[in-house]
Amino acid sequence: MASVATETEIKRPQQQISLPRWLRQNLFNNWYNSLLTILALWLLIRAAPPLVNWLLQANWSPVLSRPVLYFVGQYPAAQLWRPAVGVVLISFLLGLSWGVWRGPLRTFALVLMSIYAVLALLPVGMETLGLTGRLFLAGNILVVVLGLAASRTPLGKGRWVILLGLLSFAVFILLVRGFAGNPRLPQIQTTSWGGLMLNLLVAAVGIVASFPIGVLLALGRRSRLPVVKLFSTLFIELVRGVPLITILFLGSILLPLFLQENVRIDRVIRAIIGMTMFSAAYMAENVRGGLQAIPEGQYEAARAIGLNGPLTTGLIILPQALRLVIPAIVGQFIALFKDTTLLIIVGINEILGIGKSLVLGNPEWITAQKEVYLFIAIVFWVFTYAMSHSSRRLEKALGIGER
Amino acid sequence: MNEQSTGNGARPMIVCRDVHKWFDDFHVLRGIDLTVDTGEVVVIFGPSGSGKSTFIRTINRLEEHHKGEIIVDGIELSHDIRNIEAIRREVGMVFQQFNLFPHLTALQNITLGPIWVRRWPKQEAESVARELLERVGIPEQADKFPAQLSGGQQQRVAIARALAMQPKIMLFDEPTSALDPEMIKEVLDVMEELADSGMTMLVVTHEMGFARAAADRLVFFDEGLIVETGTPQEIFSNPKEERTKLFLSQILQH
Repeated sequence: MASVATETEIKRPQQQISLPRWLRQNLFNNWYNSLLTILALWLLIRAAPPLVNWLLQANWSPVLSRPVLYFVGQYPAAQLWRPAVGVVLISFLLGLSWGVWRGPLRTFALVLMSIYAVLALLPVGMETLGLTGRLFLAGNILVVVLGLAASRTPLGKGRWVILLGLLSFAVFILLVRGFAGNPRLPQIQTTSWGGLMLNLLVAAVGIVASFPIGVLLALGRRSRLPVVKLFSTLFIELVRGVPLITILFLGSILLPLFLQENVRIDRVIRAIIGMTMFSAAYMAENVRGGLQAIPEGQYEAARAIGLNGPLTTGLIILPQALRLVIPAIVGQFIALFKDTTLLIIVGINEILGIGKSLVLGNPEWITAQKEVYLFIAIVFWVFTYAMSHSSRRLEKALGIGER
Repeated sequence: MNEQSTGNGARPMIVCRDVHKWFDDFHVLRGIDLTVDTGEVVVIFGPSGSGKSTFIRTINRLEEHHKGEIIVDGIELSHDIRNIEAIRREVGMVFQQFNLFPHLTALQNITLGPIWVRRWPKQEAESVARELLERVGIPEQADKFPAQLSGGQQQRVAIARALAMQPKIMLFDEPTSALDPEMIKEVLDVMEELADSGMTMLVVTHEMGFARAAADRLVFFDEGLIVETGTPQEIFSNPKEERTKLFLSQILQH
């Protein structure tokens, strides 16, 4: 077949892209785009100098003078090694999962490693971060690599990583909380917990708990059992019909009134329950959207080979439905993570609350609000970007066999 | 239990007596009586909307019948879910739209039922699945996903998937209607081989070439009723009913 083709083979014409041509095609291809280009250019010229100006003389001292505060809040300084052990555990697990599952988790590990590197090498804040802090951060990069290396040992199996993850979570909670009356590990009340640690804790528990609850609610809403269906529908519609703040208030103020005098639920746990319920209701609707997209033929084929209801759902329907709604689910996770800043309203000192009280508590920093909020915004952006990037990689990784 | 047979002495595999079904007010099946013997190949044909697909779907309870009785391999179809599941294990089905599971490879599509319903060990299920892929002529496609296969290949995987459950009966619901013309033959070849192997088959199709070559009996459906049944010889050369003649002349014209 090549004999004819070699002589008469026609090459696709190469398009030369010159700058004027590119400009004309992309910025000035018709009158309204030209107008928009000019308008945007004008805005840029107007806005850029003040912005650069501000950045040059920004006062970063509220961030740089107390960096640890943003991450762990008012956790006693003498006990800081406890959350630090938690950080080491996370680093190790992330390295391990990177080695086992590759793809999406690689992004997360790389982002975390760059955060460690940037913080460790930060040219400012010498006195506050200290040599110990910097060595600790740099050491964590090694821990991630160590985890990656460990994935080549028998430990590098999916189920071991999950088991280890759950175990580390329990260890982390017990370690940070401590035990009443224990001199080595004195109990630290959650009132002293704070900063990004709390945001991540609430978000992580919320995500892990709301996912299965949401899936069950979605299945419940489509159930043929009237009671299950009614309960699921009621729960979803009630929770979705109420702002998250209201739920958090209900949890922090109203719930204790219903409980007996001697029963007290920790306020962080109440917040977690509230956020989980809220997220689960939205999760349920996302998953339901995926379930509805599965054609009837899939159910029929599953029934025809003798699969019963639960097996059909678990092996055929859910794997396809969940894959369809990964973007929506990850969007929900990101929203949940960002919504943890609302805990400021019920008096939990998460990162935004720390920033706010730092600024308000210090007359000389009152003008440095912008810097604090910009810093917090960047922290959130780094995490959420890593999440959405991983989600895209996950979609690609699972995209094989798409119809 | 039902020794009603068509005369060749074989045990009836499927017995349907006065089967009725309604879609809301629409009376789609209006009293179907049909007995299929073990090893018999029955082809059902008729105009669209005549209820032929609905009828074969009542046999494994993808559609519920509202009156009359259906007895499959000695088990009567009732509301009892255990009976339904027992029957579904014995009845394989091939659909017009293939309905393969898109998130599983060809091999996984085939082994799913044996592993989860029949509780076979994975290795055994896989070796049986590979044999079946060999039998339908596509052993090299085992690890492909359905989206990577042609329509004809997908339908052959679907046949292998149904066969993997070692059914006593195979139902085919217009298995070639969604296929490009050049792929119809590869599917029909597999079906003919299956018919020759002694499988009890109930096939809804308009492929009259297949009917002539493989069917023991033809059943003509119209308006929810069986109009006429007979051997291919009788139906093609000497149909008794005017409606059968008319329909055959319409589909055999080309």
